[in-house]
Amino acid sequence: MTTSNDSAPRAAFDPALLLVVPAAAFMLLVFVYPFLNGLVDSFQPKEGGWLSNYAHFFTTDNLWPTIWTTLKLALPATLINVGFALPIAYKMRVKSRYQRWVTTILVVPITLGTVLIAEGMLTYFGPRGWLAQFLQFFHIYNGSIRLTHNYTGVLISLVISGFPFAFLLILSYITGIDPVLARAASTLGADPKSQFRHIYLPLLAPGLAMCFCLAFVQAFSVFPSAVLLGSPAGPTRVISIAAYEAAFEQYDYSLASAIAMIMGFVQLIIVAAVLGLRNVFYRGPVSGGKG
Amino acid sequence: MNRSDTVNAWFDRAWRGLLLGLMTLFVVNIAFMIAAVATSSFAKRWLGTWLPEGWTTTWYTAAWKEFQLDSVLLVTVQVVFAVVALALLIGVPAAYTLARREFPGKRMLMLLFLLPLMVPPITYGIPLATVLYKLQLAGTIYGVILANLIPAAPFVILVMTPFIEQIDPNLESAARVFGAGTGRMFWHILVPLLGPGILAASLLVLVRTIALFELTFLTAGPDSQTLVVALYYAVFAAGVRAPQSVDAMAMVYMLVTLAWLLIALRFVNPTQLVSRVKEHPQPAA
Repeated sequence: MTTSNDSAPRAAFDPALLLVVPAAAFMLLVFVYPFLNGLVDSFQPKEGGWLSNYAHFFTTDNLWPTIWTTLKLALPATLINVGFALPIAYKMRVKSRYQRWVTTILVVPITLGTVLIAEGMLTYFGPRGWLAQFLQFFHIYNGSIRLTHNYTGVLISLVISGFPFAFLLILSYITGIDPVLARAASTLGADPKSQFRHIYLPLLAPGLAMCFCLAFVQAFSVFPSAVLLGSPAGPTRVISIAAYEAAFEQYDYSLASAIAMIMGFVQLIIVAAVLGLRNVFYRGPVSGGKG
Repeated sequence: MNRSDTVNAWFDRAWRGLLLGLMTLFVVNIAFMIAAVATSSFAKRWLGTWLPEGWTTTWYTAAWKEFQLDSVLLVTVQVVFAVVALALLIGVPAAYTLARREFPGKRMLMLLFLLPLMVPPITYGIPLATVLYKLQLAGTIYGVILANLIPAAPFVILVMTPFIEQIDPNLESAARVFGAGTGRMFWHILVPLLGPGILAASLLVLVRTIALFELTFLTAGPDSQTLVVALYYAVFAAGVRAPQSVDAMAMVYMLVTLAWLLIALRFVNPTQLVSRVKEHPQPAA
């Protein structure tokens, strides 16, 4: 413990700042450096000019549509997850006998992981699985049931794996809001609905935006379930499949880096849009409250 | 009561019913999904009937041999514990400084720690795999550990920062008055007080690392696969093997993660993940 000499705060340099150095150095070395390396790599294609990887991506028929394929899966999945997690978490904010049990049960699917969910869905949701048998046995739906190896299957798997996470995150943000505020509002005559609109929602806005971004990242980088549960050559050929194929099947790391960068860029646009929307949302009720 | 009140009450009840119904649908379907995998893993032959024709446990021994589960489990344990230990080692001190100090560049640093959680794993996984191949670390267990640390270390920082913020700084000042330096103060004051937080963070990182697929998939070689990746390959090549033996492996995977989750939930209230809870309003003094 050589630092014990520095206990008097006379030195201008604070030794506590050193504590952050290992983590920062690690991130720079293992996250930022490879990322920049990949960025440079993506401009050094196997053949052609410096932009030819990107030109190739946006002119090849099985590459550029992967952006839309991915967004068409990720956006609805994220909206469903956050949209249902918010009201359910709001109901669960009050401490009760059930709170711990319900949260535990809703959280368990987090541990399943995407691969196990895919395997389970193939068994359970498949054309001869229990769900199909059940629906046909009770004549609820008699047509052929196709919930795997298509778009629906991947969407369901994204909801199963994403919902618990969104729920947990929103719940911890909601329970972090001091209930005294809502009490104060109710003494002033606010009913539960306007308590939610004018107290909880504005205070939740930053957490909600954060949760949306984190849930979206998970859905956007969908890989195992798109391969195992979807039809990876057709309607669920997501962008991560394209990147993986470029890197590990064609061994074109430069093209793979370019696809990875495009993926990161699309993700950043969505995050920026959500954060921008939050600002609109967050200021709204404050100025509107005076009317 | 007037009319709009009754309409409101009715609407309220319908809404509550809808939420409850959706929640039940979600939970019941997942329960049956798990039960289907479990049934299949013990099934002799199961083709389009409610229950299989007979029961057997041979799929477990078959899966154990076929997928070399003993070595896969060993690798998984090594990777997971190395990741947890290293993430705590570099994450907790960083979280302390971020919670207690103001310094120029702090926002940039926060961004640096937040970014890995905001960028899809494949985006940085592929460039990272390329670099690891150049360093000849790809395909080794060290490469897998490094890759898994990228989301784990920022996650520890994110979880620990609010825990540290709610510890009274006066305790630290008191320790300093009695002549403790940063190091001693850290070990004798902060670490004991942070015990629950550290436990929570490490269990969450542990559960996450077991389930994290993409980064391990991109960096692992044939003998550095963790359980998830091995399971992925088993499902991917499902045509080659009996589905029951894949299901048996899936059950092994699930029992491993579930055991850890239950341990985690013993110590961590799931609602206390991001911010500390104020369960009851302070009584008037």
